[in-house]
Amino acid sequence: METGSGQNTEVAGDEPVWTGLPPGLLRMRRLLLVVWLGLLAVAMGLLLGLLCGPAWAAFALLPLALICWGWVMIGRNWRSWRYAERADDLLISRGVLWREETVVPYGRMQLVEVTSGPVERHFGLASVQLHTAAAATDAAIPGLDPAEAERLRDRLTELGEARSAGL
Amino acid sequence: MTTPGVDDAVQEKPEKEPVTERRLHPITPLRRAWAPVAVVIGWAVHDPDQTQRQLTRLTTTTLLIALAVVVPAAALYGFLTWWFTHFAVTDTELRIRTGLLFRRTAHIRLERIQAIDVTQPLLARVAGVAKLRLDVVGTDKKDELAFLGEREARALRAELLARAAGFAPETAHEVGEAPARELLHTPPRDLALSLVLTGATWGSLVAALVVPPLLWMATHSVWTVLATALPLLGAAGASSVGRFVSEYDWTVGESPDGLRIDHGLLDRSHETVPPGRVQTVRIVEPLLWRRRGWVRVELDVAGSSNSVLVPVAPREVAEAVVARVLPGVTVPPLSALVRPPRRAGRCVPVWWRGYGLAVTDSVFAARQGLLRRTLALVPHAKVQSVRLTQGPWERLWRVADVHVDTGANKTVTARLRDAQEAAELLKAQAERSRTGRKGARPDRWMV
Repeated sequence: METGSGQNTEVAGDEPVWTGLPPGLLRMRRLLLVVWLGLLAVAMGLLLGLLCGPAWAAFALLPLALICWGWVMIGRNWRSWRYAERADDLLISRGVLWREETVVPYGRMQLVEVTSGPVERHFGLASVQLHTAAAATDAAIPGLDPAEAERLRDRLTELGEARSAGL
Repeated sequence: MTTPGVDDAVQEKPEKEPVTERRLHPITPLRRAWAPVAVVIGWAVHDPDQTQRQLTRLTTTTLLIALAVVVPAAALYGFLTWWFTHFAVTDTELRIRTGLLFRRTAHIRLERIQAIDVTQPLLARVAGVAKLRLDVVGTDKKDELAFLGEREARALRAELLARAAGFAPETAHEVGEAPARELLHTPPRDLALSLVLTGATWGSLVAALVVPPLLWMATHSVWTVLATALPLLGAAGASSVGRFVSEYDWTVGESPDGLRIDHGLLDRSHETVPPGRVQTVRIVEPLLWRRRGWVRVELDVAGSSNSVLVPVAPREVAEAVVARVLPGVTVPPLSALVRPPRRAGRCVPVWWRGYGLAVTDSVFAARQGLLRRTLALVPHAKVQSVRLTQGPWERLWRVADVHVDTGANKTVTARLRDAQEAAELLKAQAERSRTGRKGARPDRWMV
């Protein structure tokens, strides 16, 4: 679905060059999912098996099913994230079921932030967050390569200064 | 080459900029005297049984001693906070230095001013003083100048506006108050009638009259009834009498310094919004006002707390005021608003008819509501970002929402547009918001 509408915008005119996210974020999210739910499944299986009998241990299959479902969902969500730097604005498109597409003109950017938490750092990832004067502007790009995040930050700041418009 | 230049600048600065610091009006310490009294009353209301027990234990001597300690302490605190609060106007900033133990210095840049409010609570009117507040994005309550002498407040406002407008610093003193032309005045009769015709007034009144007796029948507990009745009565009073008192004598004027809004029966308030500061305007039309053709106009200015532009006025008058507030903008007529496609009714039954959208050269106008109609206008130059959202159910019916974010933290949404139309709107609106800025006036509006 989402790729279809993306192609539509590309056909319509000065086609934006979309960039997807690097696979690092996908790897990180899937690993976290497997680790936490895997631990839960083992704990549930052991506890139920020892306390209530082996038949109850079948409930441990529930987290395993969640892992399978989450594996697919994370993949779809990751594929849906993409951004495009156009001449005058930044486009961010995301979401599978709840789609959202954000356009932020460079001149309206007040602040560009690069953040990286401990887990993200371990996987070599960084997020770029844009702030405008409107708090509702929800423009963030997660899971970028740190070098790419810094390049994006510098480029956005530069373009923002050149086209600055404020409130 | 550079070193002498830097030296020059350093030497020049003190003589070029003789920053004279001023203090607030000497009556200011008195307002702090309320604090201990308020604390005692608050404690008494919070825990009445305990208070009664304590009161019976108190003797006259202890009371006198307590008074002898508390009153001078409060007076001293008030005096010291006044003594340590200074403000100064420089070429580019208003500086406020305050704090007894924790020093706090606020430098407010004048070209960033979104609005200036001069307010006078009832007691301040009696004493002939006023509060002055600069609305800049991010300022808080502490950044107001309370209190100044009435005339001093007006002179300071004129000077701040002149400096913010870009008049030369030497002449900024003498520019004085810009002449104002009245655009609209709300007659008290219309205001009273409009409140009578507002559903919220009746709703809160009925709640205040019906709920306490019912509670009394159910519980027979005085405290429960009082605890619910008092807030309900307060809400009813605020939404009827309170609104009348605060919106009484509402006057909207126009001057080279921008929009002037004066209102209030007991507490007077004078707001000045310089040109180009208004982010969104909303025209609200409650159901019962429709027969009379009345509307209410609300506005959003970044960092300002006042959100009403016109409490009640006939539609044509209100639209004329909006045209003055947003130069070059005409309010799109009802016929120009395009409804969402019919299938939007599958997402929002019945109410989908209330949605509408019109995009002109200068504004993005979105309407919502069926009984209480609201038309929100955003000039393209004020759009900070544009978003398109679409949920799964909306995707099924090929509709999408377009959100336009403005700097006053208000988002205007065009709901349930045809998906193709929404995608084009997103692109076109981003383009318009970028180019719409070119015709805008500079921050320093007199330059």
